[in-house]
Amino acid sequence: MPKLTIDGMEVEVEPGMTVLQACEAAGIEIPRFCYHERLSISGNCRMCLVEMERAPKPIASCAMPAADGMVVRTNTPTVQKARKGVMEFLLVNHPLDCPICDQGGECDLQDQAMGYGHDRSRYHENKRAVKDKYLGPLIRTVMTRCIHCTRCIRFATEIAGVPELGATGRGEHMEIGTYVEKALTSELSGNMIDLCPVGALTSAPYAFTARPWELNKTETIDALDAVGCNIRVDTRGAEVMRVLPRLNEDVNEEWISDKTRFAIDGLKFQRLDRPYVRRDGKLTEATWDEAFAAISEMMQGIGGSEVAALAGDLVCAESMMALKDLMVALGSPNLDCRQDGAKLETGCRAGYLFNTTIAGIEDADACLLIGANPRLEAPVINARLRKRWLMGGFPVGLIGPEADLTYDHRHLGNGPDVLGEIARGEGEFAKVLMDAAHPMLIAGQGALARSDGAAILAAARAIAEKTGMVAEGWNGFNVLHTAAARTGGLDLGFVPGNGGRDRDGILDGAASGAVQVVYLLGADEIDMGRLGDAFVIYQGHHGDAGAHRADVILPGAAYTEKNAAYVNTEGRVQWTRRATYPPGEAKDDWAILRALSEVLGKTLPYNTLEDLDARMGEANPAFNQPDTVEPAAWGAFGKEGAFDGAPFVSPIGNFYMTDPISRASVTMAECTAVVSGSGEGKTGTHG
Amino acid sequence: MLKEENRIFHNIHGFKDLSLAGARSRGDWDGTKELIQKGREWLIEEVKNSGLRGRGGAGFSTGMKWSFMPKEVGDRPHYLVVNADEGEPGTCKDREILRHEPHKLLEGSLLAGAAMGANAAYCYVRGEFYRETEALQRAVDEARDAGLIGKNACGSGWDFEFHLHRGAGAYICGEESALIESLEGKKGQPRMKPPFPANVGLYGCPTTVNNVESIAVVPDILRRGAGWFASLGKPNNTGTKLFAISGHVETPCVVEEEMGITLRELVDKHGGGVRGGWDNLLAVIPGGSSVPVVPKSLCDTLCMDFDSCRDAQSGLGTAAVIVMDNSTDIVAGIARLSRFYMHESCGQCTPCREGTGWMSRMMERMVTGSASIEEIDLLEEITRQVEGHTICALGDAAAWPIQGLIRHFRPVMEKRINDYQATRNEQAA
Repeated sequence: MPKLTIDGMEVEVEPGMTVLQACEAAGIEIPRFCYHERLSISGNCRMCLVEMERAPKPIASCAMPAADGMVVRTNTPTVQKARKGVMEFLLVNHPLDCPICDQGGECDLQDQAMGYGHDRSRYHENKRAVKDKYLGPLIRTVMTRCIHCTRCIRFATEIAGVPELGATGRGEHMEIGTYVEKALTSELSGNMIDLCPVGALTSAPYAFTARPWELNKTETIDALDAVGCNIRVDTRGAEVMRVLPRLNEDVNEEWISDKTRFAIDGLKFQRLDRPYVRRDGKLTEATWDEAFAAISEMMQGIGGSEVAALAGDLVCAESMMALKDLMVALGSPNLDCRQDGAKLETGCRAGYLFNTTIAGIEDADACLLIGANPRLEAPVINARLRKRWLMGGFPVGLIGPEADLTYDHRHLGNGPDVLGEIARGEGEFAKVLMDAAHPMLIAGQGALARSDGAAILAAARAIAEKTGMVAEGWNGFNVLHTAAARTGGLDLGFVPGNGGRDRDGILDGAASGAVQVVYLLGADEIDMGRLGDAFVIYQGHHGDAGAHRADVILPGAAYTEKNAAYVNTEGRVQWTRRATYPPGEAKDDWAILRALSEVLGKTLPYNTLEDLDARMGEANPAFNQPDTVEPAAWGAFGKEGAFDGAPFVSPIGNFYMTDPISRASVTMAECTAVVSGSGEGKTGTHG
Repeated sequence: MLKEENRIFHNIHGFKDLSLAGARSRGDWDGTKELIQKGREWLIEEVKNSGLRGRGGAGFSTGMKWSFMPKEVGDRPHYLVVNADEGEPGTCKDREILRHEPHKLLEGSLLAGAAMGANAAYCYVRGEFYRETEALQRAVDEARDAGLIGKNACGSGWDFEFHLHRGAGAYICGEESALIESLEGKKGQPRMKPPFPANVGLYGCPTTVNNVESIAVVPDILRRGAGWFASLGKPNNTGTKLFAISGHVETPCVVEEEMGITLRELVDKHGGGVRGGWDNLLAVIPGGSSVPVVPKSLCDTLCMDFDSCRDAQSGLGTAAVIVMDNSTDIVAGIARLSRFYMHESCGQCTPCREGTGWMSRMMERMVTGSASIEEIDLLEEITRQVEGHTICALGDAAAWPIQGLIRHFRPVMEKRINDYQATRNEQAA
């Protein structure tokens, strides 16, 4: 372990650390712009210069490996002069437009200019001006402000894996751009906005809407995919202004996907802000009492087996617990949280979790993707896979539709038959997996949400056992969920009870009349046409497919509007925190169910959220251990059977629109238009 | 004055036979096989002992540089990169080697390759040197046909390939790590050091980058012995050197001379003297555009070697002597150099990207005098803010000429400013 002397203090650091990191370990702040701990070192801003004994010139501390016996000084006149000089150079061509810059108040350049710069400019020549670039509908550019730190280039090239950004031109004329004007094709592009130390890259939807000091900041959890990214929701009044990532090394490091970040304008549109009751075929506004009365009236004389419930992708664990308890009280075994029809079981928790854990990907040394496209289904997990791949020695095999995953992979075919071969240990990639010390597989919903899903699950399980993926201290079997609610639903047993109907059974029953009442808890992704003449209660926050079909609408709260538990694909229980209140008369989802239960004469035995959380802890002890992942015991799951020959289809056609919130988002619609190309070639005379 | 028997470049002016046969008649490719077979240690030791210092401008010991390469070739191949991206204003010595003495470069490359365990050399030729590239390619083809390079080069058992790569006209690509980046097909931008190229160079492999002249003199050093080379010149500044004399002299030329020759002798003997006589001399830039200007008072006694030039607060650089007589507008001359550095800054690191532009703009105003006296100090301070704070030496190279100007010609600058103010006041009155 190298030992250095920094400003007279002895510091011992890990081998491989840089002088800058050593200074931080010693509690000394080194100003920097280009250095970022998750990106490669470029050393070009020169702000981190420090003095080192025996070096003739100041050294860039970010790039200098810490070595034994180094004597570093960070507070000498030379260092201060160097910082002041670099600061002055950064500012000579930087426009002083802070009053109209969205970065104002959270700008590295602003902060460090206060700390290290001159108090006035000595530059009296003309300043440079740079034409703004088009990077797509998400990122707004003011390239004159760019200080050429190249963080965005390095992020795109290294983390996102889309080498679309680069520098052209020399000297003062160097510009950052996409070479040929085009929108960035990364699902993680928004992170460049956070990385940009100045206001060159800012959020386009957020432009000119708020200042950081007037926002309320709520630390919470994202629910738009199953990763459970840790986010911070910034609100002003009742409006969610923006979403930023929060640091969590185990989950999202400090990245979030563009959907997580930009779909939030969908929270403003298509909201269900009051109950509705269908009268004479038309949905009409109603009071809560009227809505409950309509349900109560309908439920008269209906047997338990004639009632069914489906839970959607965005619902919290609390509401599923309450609805399940209510269904049990009503005597109905017909409930299902797998609205996509995935053939997952609740018997063995390891059978539906991402057992390796997201951080554990970095320990794996071979990976098989089965009907999964992590780039679209969980971009943040894909970034982790890419990170692992960049370390080297990580062969990836893909069974499913060929896709650009941002890392090299072998396309092994598209269809369940390949699974059988690998499970028998045949083929080249089976050998790769067997030779690996820590192999892993990721089974996606594209493979599981189909009629032979149970057989595929069994085959995946066989592969895991055959290739040694399950061993002491290692579990390489992973299911990649796409819905934030799914793992929680499975954990709480929101699946058919004894003799109960699953999703297809419910839909068939509704069509045939065997099921009279269907309770859709935020379930929008089912074929509403199959619901027949059933009485449909829709509880949710957006006027999407479910609400259109509903006979009674009970307005609920979105994930930013409630304190609620979500279990991510790893089985990690995390609680969201209320950032704003639900609009209008909408209520917390569990409270709606609690109130309804009273009307139906089956009062649920909890009066507070704490009671309900305790109830969840009873139902599954995982809920007593927030923010951690306990390894799940291996067991039996899946059902061996014949495959149907159909190729796998990705569950996500359009990454930007996968749920009621993102479908209501204008920003996501713009992204969709860019990706699908429908926005191109339009002229002013187009509609 | 260099004795004829000590001359290395017999055909530097191209008056003799350029072919392989001609080169052989002048002693090239003589006993190369035996030299290689003396082994790596001997080759490096011999070059070290000769005291040869890099001819590209920095003057670092060539033998020492070679010795930084890993002793054994591991799983990564070693590379020799020959820097023929001669772009320093005033410098045109490598060009003469490329077109008139290419076989010295080839033989030197082979020996250097054998010394550092490199089976391949890449020669990065300045893009503008079109005819020079042709000449070198011709020589490469001749040598390959004659079995001098290629598999089992010269029958020595050492395989050696020599590849040419033409640059695209960026001055910065003459910086060794930017050159490597450019060779790899990337934007020519210097890399951070450490790691040094000897450890992580071309394609991540151990690499040594040498100037054309450094390599071209190696065969003669090895053939005639380190002692011979070390006996020429001065201690620590040994051997002969190609000098390029340009500017206000009667006969501008490239000429080989002993290190340590006085500037006056060099200019008088080979350059035909300063236009209008030695007393008409204003100043000299002794080593290419990036070293500080030396005024006449110092030129009278200046010796042309690394240490003497350093003592005169300048540098030998590439030994490109730019002579300026009293008719020169020295401020305008240095301003032109500043503009060059602004144009050629790669833009990667802050002080150089922003500083070169700032300095150049101020220098433009200094030419007309449209500035204040205090701005001379500001300009000086800016050069100090750039110097030593950049990734590569281009920042220093942009700062030094201005520092030299202010050091020696401040009165000229002040007079210019005062005159300008006076004219303005007159016009106003």
